[in-house]
Amino acid sequence: MSKKRQKRALKNAIPFMLPSFLGMIVFSFLPIIISIAISFTNWNGLDKLSYKTLASNFVFLDNYKQILGTSEFWKVLGHTCYYIVLYIPMVLIMSLLIASILNKNMKGITVFRIMYYIPVLTSWVAASLIWKWVLSPQYGILNQLLGYIGISGPGWLTDKVWAMPAIVLASVWKDMGFYGLFLLSGLKAIDTGYYEAAIVDGAGKMKQFFSITLPLLSPSMFFCIIMALINAFQLFPQVQIMTEGGPNGATQVMVERIYTYGFKYFKMGYASAYSWLLFVIIFILTLIQMKLQNKWVHYES
Amino acid sequence: MNHSKWNVKLKIIWNYFLACLIAIIVMIPFLWMLSTSLKSKGALMQIPIEWIPQNPTLDSYRMVFSRFPFLRAILNSFFITCSYTVVTILSASMAAFAFTKIQFPYGDTVFKLYLASMMIPTQVTMIPLFVIMNNLGLINTYPSVILPSLFRAFAVFMLVQQMRGIPNDYIEAAELDGAGLFRIYRTVVLPLSGSAIATLTITTFMESWNDYLWPLLMLNDKNRMTLTLALNSLNGQYGTEYNILMAGSLLSMIPIVVIYALAQKYFKEGLMAGGVKG
Repeated sequence: MSKKRQKRALKNAIPFMLPSFLGMIVFSFLPIIISIAISFTNWNGLDKLSYKTLASNFVFLDNYKQILGTSEFWKVLGHTCYYIVLYIPMVLIMSLLIASILNKNMKGITVFRIMYYIPVLTSWVAASLIWKWVLSPQYGILNQLLGYIGISGPGWLTDKVWAMPAIVLASVWKDMGFYGLFLLSGLKAIDTGYYEAAIVDGAGKMKQFFSITLPLLSPSMFFCIIMALINAFQLFPQVQIMTEGGPNGATQVMVERIYTYGFKYFKMGYASAYSWLLFVIIFILTLIQMKLQNKWVHYES
Repeated sequence: MNHSKWNVKLKIIWNYFLACLIAIIVMIPFLWMLSTSLKSKGALMQIPIEWIPQNPTLDSYRMVFSRFPFLRAILNSFFITCSYTVVTILSASMAAFAFTKIQFPYGDTVFKLYLASMMIPTQVTMIPLFVIMNNLGLINTYPSVILPSLFRAFAVFMLVQQMRGIPNDYIEAAELDGAGLFRIYRTVVLPLSGSAIATLTITTFMESWNDYLWPLLMLNDKNRMTLTLALNSLNGQYGTEYNILMAGSLLSMIPIVVIYALAQKYFKEGLMAGGVKG
């Protein structure tokens, strides 16, 4: 392309690119640079941010060393892992169940599909309030229902052991429709010819499920698991509203810590360093996801 | 033959049984919300629990509006969400048009930067962005929540994929007819990206309507709050009066559920396009 044409193309593109490009500079590029800079300092968030305040508070890697050196960080990671271990199997089973139900040609299936998706549409603020009330030890319906079958339910959100499982319960309820509909499209993509052939061969329902459905659905399931993992590390609104990290720190998670350090204690440097550690974890998970996505797209074609 | 007929019938019954079981699990918290919102304060702490309120009353709904500028919050939410969605679509579609239909120098590099930015979680940029908004004096204003929609890498990415599929012949034909770039963008490219734009509109609307963390950092004046913040603040003030909290929660859900029922198709496509989740 000639220089002149290139120049003209640039001139043509500028008005179209301007809003988005300015947005990128102000709301993404600059904040990323500033965030790295802040994470190397002890800046308290109250003095005006300038090169001078940052330079005079420069501590280089101290924040990172401090975070990785305290037991709190590992405890917080432990809470996330506890959440993951409970959440992933539960949400997978429920969403597989939803997908297989919605995959049947029944009358009125649309009504069920809409119902299953309503929790996904609800904001986490509303959903958290609903669940706080459902889980109320004395006046909530969950312990009431458990009482009918002779179990005396725990204090849930006020109990150190049961607070995280309670958050998992609410999260599974909220997310299962989302993953269910995602898996449904995976199910719909499976060629019915496989099942017909299997029936001719005399394979039972169980055999069909384990030798056709599960292997052909596994790429979508892996995709769901990675997505769920990334979301698990970014857990926030439900924790903030239902427990604020309590009781006794039992539900403290990474984003909750970043929010608390940054906007309650104004330890901006510490909070920024925390957020970059979060980035490292999510980055690794995203790389895995992209690898799988390529495989997954390839699979369909 | 008779035997297998029974088998088929049993199977249908079993399927409906499962479908209803899940529906019950999903719906019970919502029904509990509805039931609670119709109770008086006294009936909340009744043991055994009143599943269906014995003296239903709409007082909680009245109190939501009298104890908090809730109507204001509804209007704020509509204003912010609509502006956010419109800005996202306009800015992203213009950028996507430039990336795909104007071969400008360094376009590919810039696009790669856009893609790379999707790797950075919002929690990383949240603190500096707060400082920037503070320095610009935008805290407690609507633009602080709306402006970040100027740059939404995922929206650009999705529209680029759509617009790549539009044949360049169409563009050249329009150019031969003497149409300028803005006219081509408006009359050729936008209409041909209709379904992707519809999907994006709906998912963006839902995300913005339900957003919590960013508005929480930006808006702390009662009269500027969105619905999610209004609920949050009611929770802080009347944490035990669940009849009021449930009435507010129910009201906040209505618009999204109505939109979903009307435009299911686009929600489904949004789901497939890359896991946009509330």
